Formats: sequence, structure tokens, C-alpha cells
Amino acid sequence: MKTSKSFLFFCTFPALALFLIFMAYPTISVFVMSLYKWGGYSAAKTFVGLNNFRALMEDDRFIGSFRNSVILLVLVSIVTLFLALWCANALTREKIRAKGLFRVIFYIPNILSAVVIAAIFSAIYDPSRGLANSLLSLVGIEPVMWLGNRSVVIYSIAIAMIWQATGYYMVMYMSSMSAVPHSLYEAADIEGASRKTKFFSVTLPLIWTNVRTTLTFFIISSINISFLLVRAMTGGGPDGASEVFLSYMYEQAYTNSSYGYGMAIGVVIFVFSFALSALVNLATRREIVEL
Amino acid sequence: MLAISVAVPVAWVFMASLKQNSEFYESPWKLPEGFNFKNFTDAWYDANMGTYFINSVFVTLMAIAILLAVALPCAYVLSRFSFRGRGIIKALFMGGLFINVSYIVVPIFLMLVGLNRSLQVTFFLNNHFVLALVYASTALPFTIYLLQSYFATLPRAYEEAAYVDGCSPFRTMLQIMVPMARPSIITVILFNFLSFWNEYIIALTFMTDDVMKTLPVGLMNLMKAQNAAAQYGKMYAGLVIVMLPTLILYILVQKKLTEGMTVGGIKG
Repeated sequence: MKTSKSFLFFCTFPALALFLIFMAYPTISVFVMSLYKWGGYSAAKTFVGLNNFRALMEDDRFIGSFRNSVILLVLVSIVTLFLALWCANALTREKIRAKGLFRVIFYIPNILSAVVIAAIFSAIYDPSRGLANSLLSLVGIEPVMWLGNRSVVIYSIAIAMIWQATGYYMVMYMSSMSAVPHSLYEAADIEGASRKTKFFSVTLPLIWTNVRTTLTFFIISSINISFLLVRAMTGGGPDGASEVFLSYMYEQAYTNSSYGYGMAIGVVIFVFSFALSALVNLATRREIVEL
Repeated sequence: MLAISVAVPVAWVFMASLKQNSEFYESPWKLPEGFNFKNFTDAWYDANMGTYFINSVFVTLMAIAILLAVALPCAYVLSRFSFRGRGIIKALFMGGLFINVSYIVVPIFLMLVGLNRSLQVTFFLNNHFVLALVYASTALPFTIYLLQSYFATLPRAYEEAAYVDGCSPFRTMLQIMVPMARPSIITVILFNFLSFWNEYIIALTFMTDDVMKTLPVGLMNLMKAQNAAAQYGKMYAGLVIVMLPTLILYILVQKKLTEGMTVGGIKG
């Protein structure tokens, strides 16, 4: 269809302008700023090339945050994937009453703010008044300092992340599982396939494209959600033990005002998540089963 | 079993929000002794959650209004007309889908600080309109993507009829195409309402004045304060204030989804 140029311009210009100012420009400046040494509100920027990145390699706190992020990424992705697939399979295949209700409940964590989730879990993990320790005391286990113990804190955060993510992926898998034709299961029944065989030989291959897509989601969202939760729950503490990628970047750039250094961290995270997504994508390539 | 593990923490917070301060020293499983709404009035007035609530409503509504006003025409034009630069614009927005707000919050902050300094004003920080503008901008790629693919499914016959009747492209868009895109607009509003209402990193960074803060940031303050001052009820009440609107919306939407949001097209 043809239309006047001015109409096209008025329709696209505002969106394009906002996008360029508040998204494209800041993204480019992350990369540019990572090459500068720039601290504080002064305008003094010195070009230092890759020095920020070299400093990163020797920064123990950065390496700690890297390790934490990887632990969370691996642990949360695997457990969430397993739980979500298992629940989705149970809810679509088995005859369970109030299926809809389960779906509604499972999705609730997804509509809550990261701050709300952080607050709920801070309360649950409270050493003396929280649910977690009172459950443990029922079976006679000593109270645990969920958020105060340096070696426990990262797992406490992982639990909160799994709680948050499972419902979302479950709903996603459920919708693709319900598209699997019923006749295939009937055929499997006739051949006497067990539940396990049915899941691994029928369901999983047919929803594999969907599972693959969600693996990329896992990487991107786990890096992001871990930041939002850590920032609100522990602030990276105790003593930097729960620091993750983006929270360390935020601390360096915003709290510490080392903008150049902070942005260099940002670049590393960006490249890391991009490379990992590409790698996972390659590694999980299978022949797509078509019907 | 798993459904319980999701539901229990949420229900527990609602219960705890009704407890008196002394009850928090007893077992956390005990039901509240009565309906103690003092926590809510404390949170609403003393902890400023009332102000934050109004701020949040204001910012969320404004951001959604800006977003729709900007994204609808752009999505419509991109899906309907072929012109030079269309491919580039589409590719830009697609690329924007991969930009995570957490990465760019500091550069945006620095840009606003720089604007303030070079123009000798304090306009750009602690400003709800600027916050809403940033929210709307960060939601653009997803929103345009969604609206554009919906517009593409609508039949062209309507517009051709309008064109024959001498209707201007602007009026065609506003009075014919936008009402037809209602289902997708509703989806856009729902998703973005949730993300704007729940967002806290941008708000935390941009809103340094206490009276300008939004609800999630206010809740963070309450979390810190309760550790120091042992006022637990207030924190739980604050939690309920933040999550209740999203829960109510969610329950309403559940119904709406089952009703089905099909809008009539061309018949016969």
C-alpha cells in the first residue's frame, strides 16, 4: 500500500527516537566506556585501552562473582528444567483434578516483583522466626544461618530462584506438550510402553525445539534474576560471598563510581552469556522430529 | 506437593501481615490472633507506603500511555507499508529484544546526570515523567514485535474500504485498525503493567528523593528498617501492599483468558 511520507515519519519517528536515546545509545556507551578510566562525576576520562579487562583478571572479587554466577546458572537451570518438565508432564498426561488451579498457583511467583520474592525469602530464612529453620527443628536439625553463612548463602539464593522460575517454564512446556497428538500415546500404550519410555521417546523429542529455546532463556534470565534477588536480599553479602556478575558491576559502577571498570564487567558478562547461548544452542542441535 | 511449596510462602506472608509485633516471637506457624490492621495503617502512613503507592500508580499508568501512543503507530506502519529504511528499523527493534535493562541502567543514569549538568537543571533525575519515559522505551522492542505480528494477521480489506471512502491514513489507523488490534493491546498492557509495577533497579537508581520513590523501592527500605528496629508487622503489610494489585489483576485475567478474547473479523 502507498501512503504519504509525512504520515510514515510521524508514526515511526517517536518510537525510533526513544529507542535510540534510551536503548541503543546506552548499549553502545557500555562498550565505549569499558575502554576508559573514568571515576566519579568529573569529566576526566582517560583512554586506557584494555587495561580494565586486564585488571579484571586479577580481581579476586570479580572471580568470586564469576564463580557464584556459574554455580547459580548451572544449578538453577538443571533443577528448574527437571522440575518444570516433570510437573508439566504430570499435569498434561495424568488425570489430575483441578489441573487449572495448579497451573494458576504455579504461575504466581512470576507475577511478583523481585523485591517481593526477596522479602518473602528473607523472612523465610530469618534465623529465629523464619519458616525454614522451624521446619528443620521439627526433624531435629540445628538452625542454619541461611543468609549469614558464607558457604550457604548462594544455595539459599538458588532455592529462591528455582521457586521463582519453575512455574513459568512449566506453563510453557505444558502448552507445547498438549500439542503432541494423542494418537502417539495410544500407539505407545498398545506396544506396552512404560510411562518413562513414553516421556523419553515420545514427549521429549517432540517438544525438543521448545526446550532448546528455553535453555537460552535460562542463561539470560538467571544472570538477570540473580542480580535482582541478590541486590534486594543480601546486597552481595555477607562480605561479598553472594556477589554475582551484574551485582558486582552495579556496585563498581554505581556505588563505587568506577564507571569504566564497571562497564568492562558488563562487556565481559555480555560476551560470556552470548557465547554460552551459542554454545548451548550448538550442543543441543538434534534432528527435528516432524510429524 | 510442589503447588503447596509455592502457595505456602505467599499465604504465610498474608497471615504474618495481620500479626501483632509480640506474636512474631512465637512459632511462625501460628495463625494470627485476630485481624490486626494496624500494620497496614503503619505501613501506609508511617513508612510512606501510601505515597509510594500513588507514585507507582502514576508512573505505571504514564509509562503504559506513552508506550501505546508511541508503539501502536510504529507497529502499524511497520507491518503495513513498505518504505525505505523499514528493514533497518525492524532489525533495530529485533536487536533491542536482546538488550537487558540491567546492563544499561548505569549508562542511562550517567546520561541523565550529564544532561542535568550541561543544562544546569535538576529536571532529569527524580522525575516521574522521565522514569516513565525510560520504562516505555525499554519496553518498545517487545511491544512493537508483538503488535506488529498481530497487525500482520488482520485483513487488508478494511483499510482498502476506508481508502475508497476517502478516509485519511491517520484516521484509518486510529478508528479502524487500533480497535481491531484490541486483543493484542490488552496483552501488551497486562505484560507491561506487571513489569513496570514490579521494576525496581531503574527506580532505585533514578529516584534518590524519598518522596519520589516507587513501591518496590519503598519495600526495600522497609526490609532494611525491620532488621534494625524489630518492627516485623509493618514489613509484611508492606509486602502485601506491593503484591496485592498484581495478584488481583492476575486473578481477573485468568477469567478473561478463559472467556476468550476473540474479536469479530470479516464475515461471510
